[in-house]
Amino acid sequence: MGQTIAEKILAAHTSGEVASGKLVEVQVDMVLANDITAPISIREFAKLGVKKVFDRSKVALVPDHFAPNKDIKAAEQCKALREFAKRYGIVNYWEVGRMGIEHVLLPEQGLVLPGDVVIGADSHTCTYGALGAFATGMGSTDIAVAMATGSIWMKVPETIRVIYRGERQPWVGGKDLILYTIGLIGVEGARYQAIEFAGPTIAALPMSGRFTMSNMAIEAGGKAGLFEVDEATRSYVEGRAHRSWTAYDADPDADYARVVEIDASEIELQVSFPHLPSNARPAGAAGTIQIDQVVIGSCTNGRWNDLVEAARVLGGRQVHKDVRCIVIPGTQEIYLRAVREGLAAAFVEAGAVFSTPTCGPCLGGHMGVLAAGERCVSTTNRNFVGRMGHVESEVYLAGPAVAAASAVAGRIVGPEEVLD
Amino acid sequence: MAALLRGRAWKYGDNVDTDAVIPARYLNVSTPEALAEHCMEDIDAGFAQRVRAGDMIVAGANFGCGSSREHAPLALKGAGVSCVIASSFARIFHRNAINIGLPILECPEAASASETGHMLEVDLEQGTVTNLDTGQTFEAEPYPPFLLGIVEAGGLIPYTRAKLGA
Repeated sequence: MGQTIAEKILAAHTSGEVASGKLVEVQVDMVLANDITAPISIREFAKLGVKKVFDRSKVALVPDHFAPNKDIKAAEQCKALREFAKRYGIVNYWEVGRMGIEHVLLPEQGLVLPGDVVIGADSHTCTYGALGAFATGMGSTDIAVAMATGSIWMKVPETIRVIYRGERQPWVGGKDLILYTIGLIGVEGARYQAIEFAGPTIAALPMSGRFTMSNMAIEAGGKAGLFEVDEATRSYVEGRAHRSWTAYDADPDADYARVVEIDASEIELQVSFPHLPSNARPAGAAGTIQIDQVVIGSCTNGRWNDLVEAARVLGGRQVHKDVRCIVIPGTQEIYLRAVREGLAAAFVEAGAVFSTPTCGPCLGGHMGVLAAGERCVSTTNRNFVGRMGHVESEVYLAGPAVAAASAVAGRIVGPEEVLD
Repeated sequence: MAALLRGRAWKYGDNVDTDAVIPARYLNVSTPEALAEHCMEDIDAGFAQRVRAGDMIVAGANFGCGSSREHAPLALKGAGVSCVIASSFARIFHRNAINIGLPILECPEAASASETGHMLEVDLEQGTVTNLDTGQTFEAEPYPPFLLGIVEAGGLIPYTRAKLGA
């Protein structure tokens, strides 16, 4: 019997027998935590009684959620992160001004490569599956143990293979494909399972769209969302990698829990209505939904291509007078490029906010918290009750084109409705 | 670990996410006591005030979906919740609960046959849930031996300490 991508990567990182359902002890290539989850990891790490982390270059600490510090308590949490990083000589720590949103930053810095096993105290750690890495979210205590020992227990997951065929419609991107897919299989459709995204549509999808899709595997309950390594992956990794890496492809006779085939040419621009990511429907069928805010950014859609797409819609137009539009690049590198290439000016001229990298508004932290009754179109990943603020606020998930167009129109629309 | 737990049920539906268990706006603190003050706030505003030590959460499918925040099981533990019984659990919540020593049981039958206010008794060694109001007893999905080792050690930290010989 052949193996899935997940089984091959895990087999290369354990001495145990790898088959779906088996519990194995896995060696990790990178361990990640942020300013919300690391404080607990640090507290638990101290209880282990070890003197150092297993490898100073394989731990990443990113102050991105409530940073730049949103209040005194958040400042204390970031301080704890900073002091731990100094004390233990953590190589991969970035101060505000250099940091980015963790799941945009680590691949950009070449710190996650194909074939790696990465665990992070953040559920969207699964983003790195776009690179052909086995990456999954865990809790703070898991991360404390992995920081000390370099290994962690996990159950080898079954895999669902989702095959996309057909050419994407204009403006349709990774976000639309993944929202449609979650709508199809449900928020627990891949619970405890890995997803392999495959097929001709995927081969033509840029890396930014693949990161978006892997990122939201967790919103279907998935443990990982994996892509095979191809030319797009290689050209992304080239120039970023400072070490060797291995590509693992699925065997043709691999054993899948399920194979889902999707005609991608049928997929329209998507919007997921409150309060579950699986409430996806075509943007054109949204009806008249007036909005108060638009957020473009996050670990889901804060990459260069996402900003370019938003700028194509917002450039030369004006954000609707009743809408606050907040654009947040994922990293300082993307921010600087947006400044140099005129995107930042285009956003500001359109009447949008252009912010330093932060996760802030996605989880109702800061930089765009919603009041009671307010509605937001957001390129983020969750639209749970109270996710971005008041319990009576509403979040509509979409890709950058729909978000930008909605900012101009003041209601949920696709880009064709605002382009001349 | 207390083998026999007894407490009143608090019943919730499917897909109770971690933002519901502890909203992200309160994640600027991390102690169980501080988090407990806002536990379940957005789906059950009175929970934190009315929950009593030993009470149990009973829920449908995919309990704890969403973020990886360990603050969710910590908030429940801080609130005095002795056990979570659900039809199924989201993966990361499942790990986190085991790792911090919050007992959880996967038992769809017990979940659907229990209502808010019912008095439940959980035998962790036997893996059974008894509804004292209806007299019914249900068998939960047993832990695999490896996980049982972590549970019996009191969580992943003491388990790892023992392994490291600390």
